[in-house]
Amino acid sequence: MIVYILCFILFLVGLYGLITRRNLIKIVISLSIMEFSIFILLVLIGYIDGGIAPIVSEKIVNPTYVDPLPQAMVLTAIVIGLATTAMLMAIAIRLYRKYGTFDIREIKNLKG
Amino acid sequence: MSLIVKKVAQLITGFVFLYGIYIIVHGHLTPGGGFAGGAILAGAYILQILAFGRDPLHLKKKETGSSVSESVAIFLVLMMAVAGFFIGAKVFFNNYLPTGKIGELVSAGAIPLYNVLIGIEVAAALLTIFLALIIYKEEIEE
Amino acid sequence: MELTLSILLGFMIIGAIFALHAKDLLSAVIAAGIVGYSLVICFLLLKAPDLAIVQIVVETITLIIMVAVVLDSTRQELSVKIDRQQIINISLAVIFMLVLVFFFIQAINTLNPFGEHSLRMASAYVGETASKTGSANLVTGVLFDFRGYDTLGEATILFTAAIGVLTILRIKGKK
Repeated sequence: MIVYILCFILFLVGLYGLITRRNLIKIVISLSIMEFSIFILLVLIGYIDGGIAPIVSEKIVNPTYVDPLPQAMVLTAIVIGLATTAMLMAIAIRLYRKYGTFDIREIKNLKG
Repeated sequence: MSLIVKKVAQLITGFVFLYGIYIIVHGHLTPGGGFAGGAILAGAYILQILAFGRDPLHLKKKETGSSVSESVAIFLVLMMAVAGFFIGAKVFFNNYLPTGKIGELVSAGAIPLYNVLIGIEVAAALLTIFLALIIYKEEIEE
Repeated sequence: MELTLSILLGFMIIGAIFALHAKDLLSAVIAAGIVGYSLVICFLLLKAPDLAIVQIVVETITLIIMVAVVLDSTRQELSVKIDRQQIINISLAVIFMLVLVFFFIQAINTLNPFGEHSLRMASAYVGETASKTGSANLVTGVLFDFRGYDTLGEATILFTAAIGVLTILRIKGKK
């Protein structure tokens, strides 16, 4: 049970950073930390004590596999996470070129 | 980069590329598959670009190739999925090829083909993103 | 098993807190790398080799992109003074966290204890993937056969992200 709670604390750290930081790069880092906590939570839920990796082999008699469904879902989510991070980074570097700062409050003031 | 970095990158890139292809082709037998292998293929290209400077004109040609291959790969995935409508059980994403024997390289029906196409798609997409960043950097410095 | 995972997760939390409070953006990015690479070891311990391979490559590429962006712009963290807006933000964050903790306590009571997952939904997948699709790797079988729509959606999102990055970062038009 303690591992679930630690995952949740990792999520809360990411959420805190997302709301209170003002630097765009740190906001992106917080988002990816939240993503990582969700990945590890999903895989933890699918784990079974004494289970083996979900690959069929005829040599093993009467095996117990860990749940393959969360692993398949997380596999797609990891690649999507990379795509969103790259996109946010592109937006951040473009904003830096236009305004000369990563501070979101400055960017808000400069508008118009 | 210095000569040592260039030489080591030259020696390693081929093996990394081969490993990526191995991971993709054996995706239905061993851990790995299209996503992992595609990311490794993109990593091989990125290593090459990081080691051997960047010539903007050459990179732009590469970018055109990678974005075209990405589009073609995702289009072929869609066509293969649609083909399930016309062959066999009239289901989207139907596995219509014979499944074969478990544990052999040519088995599992259409899954290896999907693996190869998704691998090409992921590799091309990651390479396109990286090339866009590098070309942007070059254009600022001009 | 649970102890090892707890130590790794604690390590990840320390890395995350350091990443949010570092004065230098480059060290913040590298501290975020600690979190990602610890995740790889967690996946290996949890019997998910597919995820470990993907995560280690993806984390490396993410780190390369982030370091390139940070070195290209600025490494200075903003000097943050505590003003009214900052206090409002922090209190909002605390309120959100308390609400989430309330729901988390409700949710965790319905979860099975760690390591005693019941294969209620996945029993069909585990039992029939090998015989129906002929794929020895169950994750690939689920991903490309039973859950083909998810894979198609993922490929579409990746395509869209690549097009988006190309659009955002283009300064000169193509002739």
